[in-house]
Amino acid sequence: MSNFLLVFHLAIVFVAPIFVIGIVNRVKSLWAGRRGPRLYQTWFDLVRLLRKTPVYSQVTSWIFPIAPLVILATTITASLLGPIVPGYAPLGFAGDFVAFAYLLGLGKIFLMLSALDTGSAFEGMGASREATYSALAEPVFLLGLGTLAWAGGAHSFQDLVIPNGSWAIDAVLRVTFAGAMFVVLLIEAARVPADDPTTHLELTMVHEVMILDHSGPELAIVQYASAMKMTMLSGIIAAVLNPFSETSYPILAVLFSGAFIVLVAVCVGLIESLIARLRFRALPLFTFAAFLAVLTSLVLVTANQGEFH
Amino acid sequence: MSHPNVLLQPLSELETLDFGGFAQRLEDHFARGQRLLSLFGSPSADPADSTPELHAVFVDREQGLIHFRGRRQGTQHYLSLTSEFPSLHCFEREIHEQYGLAMPGHPWLKPIRFEGTNLKRMNDYPFYKLKGKEVHEVGVGPIHAGVIEPGHFRFMCYGETVHHLEIHLGYQHRGAEALLRQASPRKIPPLIESIAGDTAVGYTLGFCRAWEALCGLTVRLEVEAIRSLGLELERVAMHLVGLSGLATDVAFLPGSSTYGRLRTSVINLSMRLCGSRFGRSWFRPGELRFPFNQSHKDDVRKTVQQVQTDIAIINNLFQKSKTVQHRLCTTGTVPTPLAQEIGLVGMAGRASGLSCDLRNELRGGAYAQHPIPLVVESTGDCWARGLIRIHEIDTSLNWIMQLLDTLPEVEAEPPPKAEPRPNCIVVSCEEGWRGEVMHCIQTDADGKVAHYKVQDPSLRNWFGLAQAVKNNAIYDFPICNKSFDLSYCGNDL
Repeated sequence: MSNFLLVFHLAIVFVAPIFVIGIVNRVKSLWAGRRGPRLYQTWFDLVRLLRKTPVYSQVTSWIFPIAPLVILATTITASLLGPIVPGYAPLGFAGDFVAFAYLLGLGKIFLMLSALDTGSAFEGMGASREATYSALAEPVFLLGLGTLAWAGGAHSFQDLVIPNGSWAIDAVLRVTFAGAMFVVLLIEAARVPADDPTTHLELTMVHEVMILDHSGPELAIVQYASAMKMTMLSGIIAAVLNPFSETSYPILAVLFSGAFIVLVAVCVGLIESLIARLRFRALPLFTFAAFLAVLTSLVLVTANQGEFH
Repeated sequence: MSHPNVLLQPLSELETLDFGGFAQRLEDHFARGQRLLSLFGSPSADPADSTPELHAVFVDREQGLIHFRGRRQGTQHYLSLTSEFPSLHCFEREIHEQYGLAMPGHPWLKPIRFEGTNLKRMNDYPFYKLKGKEVHEVGVGPIHAGVIEPGHFRFMCYGETVHHLEIHLGYQHRGAEALLRQASPRKIPPLIESIAGDTAVGYTLGFCRAWEALCGLTVRLEVEAIRSLGLELERVAMHLVGLSGLATDVAFLPGSSTYGRLRTSVINLSMRLCGSRFGRSWFRPGELRFPFNQSHKDDVRKTVQQVQTDIAIINNLFQKSKTVQHRLCTTGTVPTPLAQEIGLVGMAGRASGLSCDLRNELRGGAYAQHPIPLVVESTGDCWARGLIRIHEIDTSLNWIMQLLDTLPEVEAEPPPKAEPRPNCIVVSCEEGWRGEVMHCIQTDADGKVAHYKVQDPSLRNWFGLAQAVKNNAIYDFPICNKSFDLSYCGNDL
């Protein structure tokens, strides 16, 4: 059975990102009254970029070309630690959710360094904004996972998301965490209302401006890695809300998570279709709401300690 | 009946003052609350004298256009009036750049567009600098990522906050005024239409009226009505582009796609009426090139009604969206006193509470028969500049429907044969979608064009953009820029 789950996990990590981006774009197109590109258009975009020769600015150093590789490596490793169905991840050890967060963090540091490496004023601003965004998203993510760990007494990421304890409190806990994670996803995956992935305005960009100087295969790698990160974060949301256990109903668990990732992509697409981007300065308030939600769930867990374990 | 948007005078009858008297007259008109349309130079009649003659044009609701000139007497100097009337700053800078006239006392004597021999100085624009350890400088352009015209923007920022923005233009300078001076009369209109391609109709109408006045031609009122129809269609189409762009820049997808789609149906209507989506070659002096019959009328009515129905829905979505309000309200504010001081014109001026609209102030042609309501907003922020567009689209569409009710079928008018009168000077102005476009043509003793001056509203409004961005966040600059939607080539000529 674990082979089946491994294949599913790898398929989600490596293949689903293409379709997740495709679904978001399709939802936006339909909402705008257009037919939209094929669901797997991203695949062709990536292949096109892979065929190109990268161009380097003269001022860049060795950091610039290796950054995309570091980003891809850290994203893949993190994706192997994170669960998509509750109770299963290809890799796992005690405290691996911290490794998950900081592997993504390491990739991000390299992305910011490569942006600074170009010496461009835009990319420097983008790196500074990305650092701010991370500082806002990180506490929400870690506090959320910490609360789950505290509630369930589990130490590894895959076990954190297994339901336990009282039904009602557990449900509240999970829904809150999923909501907060969705906010983290919007920020980390550079989507509206935190960022605008389709803008052409350098001065307003966050994620996009940092990869302005990347071209060819390196650009493809960065884009693929960022789609992978978004898919993985949707996978975690799916895992945490998944009512089926991987041991008793593996097929249902897999189907639920797969469908839920699609649902998350549709929600991202709907948000991008319906609302405008927030002001950069309003973002702390947006993340603070998510932070407050997970903080409340922590209080709830602490108050009902007896219910757990 | 002469058109109130045009003022023709034989050169000998043009009121001429010395520089001292000229400055005094300017002050008098400002004191009377009249609005300055333009201040520009023309070469002196004496080829040995390099000092230009200065022309001032004012607009008054009752008196119409007022035009007088200043000429140097003896060794007189022109003293800059910008410190007293900041709205003169761009005109004095332009005169200084074009004629080398000294402007003692001008506080901000920077190049406008690097004309002629100044071209070589393009790379050392005297940027204003802020100093400090944490101040950073961001330069944008002249080559941009998107498909927009070249211009350089230099921001002095502290963190995300812009403390100073300086706009360095001139990259689009094509020597339009010199080309117009040298071109044969048949070649002038295509040149006029390409000064700022997004205002082709606005520019052409101003030229047509000026040329008709020079040649002593009159056009029928129905022809004037068709002209205004073209002008209003251009306004609606360009306002739709602006709204679509504004929605795109705040990532509001429904606005971005719907306003864009509606714009296409409006410019396609122009194409069915004249063969050009941008109204090019639609109008020529004394002539109506395309007849307007019942089928055209039905087409216009049907398209306008369709746009009216659809735009109401998207306007409602756009105006009620909390996130759109959140991005646009209080962003890029130019308060009314500042707008008055720096002389904002056109749509941007009206968004800041100024009632500057030549269609309303002068009521020429079809606007005399069918007055068009003045649209003004008071807040002067990006939201106001969005609302102005929304309301002006509604007003223009209603106006077109009203016009159609009384408009008969109009036959085409063949091109007239007429020569411009010698030794005359004519000023004409038209409210294009962005603001007032002015033409001034001076003829020599043979009836040839001796001097051609043309002025785009962007010349005055670029400084308004720089002021609007002050103390805003740098990521809001693109929204501010889009909300003004100024022309680079119109400024650069």
